[in-house]
Amino acid sequence: MDLFEYQARDLFAKHDVPVLAGEVIDTPEAAREITERLGGKSVVKAQVKVGGRGKAGGVKLAASADEAVARATDILGMDIKGHTVHKVMIAETAPEIVEEYYVSFLLDRANRTFLSIASVEGGVEIEEVAATRPEAVAKTPIDAIDGVTPEKAREIVEAAKFPAEVADKVADILVKLWDTFIKEDALLVEVNPLAKVASGDVIALDGKVSLDDNAEFRHPDFEALHDKAAANPLEAAAKEKNLNYVKLDGEVGIIGNGAGLVMSTLDVVAYAGEKHGNVKPANFLDIGGGASAQVMANGLEIILGDPDVRSVFVNVFGGITACDEVANGIVQALKLLEDRGEKVEKPLVVRLDGNNAELGRKILTDANHPLVQRVDTMDGAADKAAELAHAAK
Amino acid sequence: MAIWLNKDSKVIVQGMTGATGMKHTKLMLGDGTDVVGGVNPRKAGQSVDFDGTEVPVFGTVKEAIEKTGANVSVIFVPEKFTKDAVVEAIDAEIPLAVVITEGIAVHDSAAFWAYAGKKGNKTRIIGPNCPGIITPGQSNVGIIPGDITKPGRIGLVSKSGTLTYQMMYELRDIGFSTAVGIGGDPIIGTTHIDALAAFEADPETDLIVMIGEIGGDAEERAADFIKANVTKPVVGYVAGFTAPEGKTMGHAGAIVSGSSGTAQAKKEALEAAGVKVGKTPTETAKLAREILAG
Repeated sequence: MDLFEYQARDLFAKHDVPVLAGEVIDTPEAAREITERLGGKSVVKAQVKVGGRGKAGGVKLAASADEAVARATDILGMDIKGHTVHKVMIAETAPEIVEEYYVSFLLDRANRTFLSIASVEGGVEIEEVAATRPEAVAKTPIDAIDGVTPEKAREIVEAAKFPAEVADKVADILVKLWDTFIKEDALLVEVNPLAKVASGDVIALDGKVSLDDNAEFRHPDFEALHDKAAANPLEAAAKEKNLNYVKLDGEVGIIGNGAGLVMSTLDVVAYAGEKHGNVKPANFLDIGGGASAQVMANGLEIILGDPDVRSVFVNVFGGITACDEVANGIVQALKLLEDRGEKVEKPLVVRLDGNNAELGRKILTDANHPLVQRVDTMDGAADKAAELAHAAK
Repeated sequence: MAIWLNKDSKVIVQGMTGATGMKHTKLMLGDGTDVVGGVNPRKAGQSVDFDGTEVPVFGTVKEAIEKTGANVSVIFVPEKFTKDAVVEAIDAEIPLAVVITEGIAVHDSAAFWAYAGKKGNKTRIIGPNCPGIITPGQSNVGIIPGDITKPGRIGLVSKSGTLTYQMMYELRDIGFSTAVGIGGDPIIGTTHIDALAAFEADPETDLIVMIGEIGGDAEERAADFIKANVTKPVVGYVAGFTAPEGKTMGHAGAIVSGSSGTAQAKKEALEAAGVKVGKTPTETAKLAREILAG
């Protein structure tokens, strides 16, 4: 889960990383009182999870409370690279910036540990610095158990060649930033720019934080950080039913078991679609192992509720789950939906293989549902589903 | 011979007395796996009857090893307690720990991986969030269905559980030496490279099938390894060509970030290393057949 800047700011503040004052609002008028409290001037910053908002006009200085309201009016509702601005942060104006640095902690998948990245050339995209001046970017592996001690922080500061006059302050911030990384179960904490201001202080002016959804069990506060406004309504409905669903752009609804097989199913449907008017998968939906009729019904309901869907491909490999149970699940799910008064009008192509596949196929044949077709190979079924979606377009 | 698991493997189950542990212990025993004990400190001294096979429960992994000579542990404990369970297995220096549990926090996986390193890497960790490992006809550790295929000469390593099953099914008439599911999490113990090296060294494996998916650069690194070190034919498959950037596709590690982690880049890297890559699982199986037929 990627956080908004204001949420990152709040987490930094919680762990004593120095930040500027700021509050998030979603109506322009609220900017007035905050700006007055900040001494009559402020910065109005669009809260979007995408880079380059400054260039897009999403960050504006306001020299008065009136101006802050006007700028907030401009920015709220603005579209920045496809992201609608629903919130702005009214922040304290930064003191005069003398230098801009970059620091982050992140997961290093290849080495199965954590990594610190630091540079005295901050304020721009770090990928750009790494590409053009790799010697200006210091990468330091961090042991997951030992973490960032004051000594380790020193090592990072020296590797990145921070100026002597800020070395102690940056090292101290690194320890606190690591604290944020560990205690919040983050996958990324990034400060850019980390600014040295005229007074000599070092402050985190902007930052990114990404949290590990798998760690939610020990962070009840994560729930409040979810961006409910941005979620696609179908994704939101699926999440409520504990379904692993991602909305995509195509026309063939997909249900399968197991993340890898479902990902593969999307690809196979996209290939098949090349022969059928370029239809594409409409979603990712993994109903997992041992899915009951209820789970199948919930999944079908989400997919059939997607107006983009023209046909549905149910692709199941019975591992531990037996295919006869899956087949019964499909039949019961359709009945359940019809009993609920939902109209099921889109054709379903079902492919069952593996454990008890013969029995499962027989159940579907016997049920003889007018919308359900059986195709017994994955590639063949994908082709059929794509053909039906194209025909219904 | 197979890799890492054979008929002599003595297996203990951490979390055997939970619902998932019970279900799969029964299935593993049914596949002929030598399950010699379970671990649960609150039920130590008891035993569990699986259709006439009495399996004793021990208080700790260490005790289970001392009493049974176990050399493999399979871990089914809930995600909140998985880190401690893996650390216990590492402390007991069991040679192989297979972590089935899914939904483990990355900081926990990073911690037990770092801990294994500090203890001298005496324990091979497979997983987390993986289906386990099977040497057909000899032993099955985890949740892979034991009846899909038979012993044979193909080695399989995969990030995905269901694609492992699909591929074993596609090539069921030929059979497998060992199939190992390494899991799709951002941090995993055993990698594609570890399995490739082991299959290369295994005289009972003639061909290797490698299944990858989007996210990270494990497949690219495996491609470099194949180029330099693998003489046996390798057939590959990569899932997730249609996955959009920034969306996690089921597995915690299956995400395309920017230009990195795309299926296309992985396919190209593998092909550059001489690996034949199929467009679909079925086509991949066909490529394997063609190579084996000479």
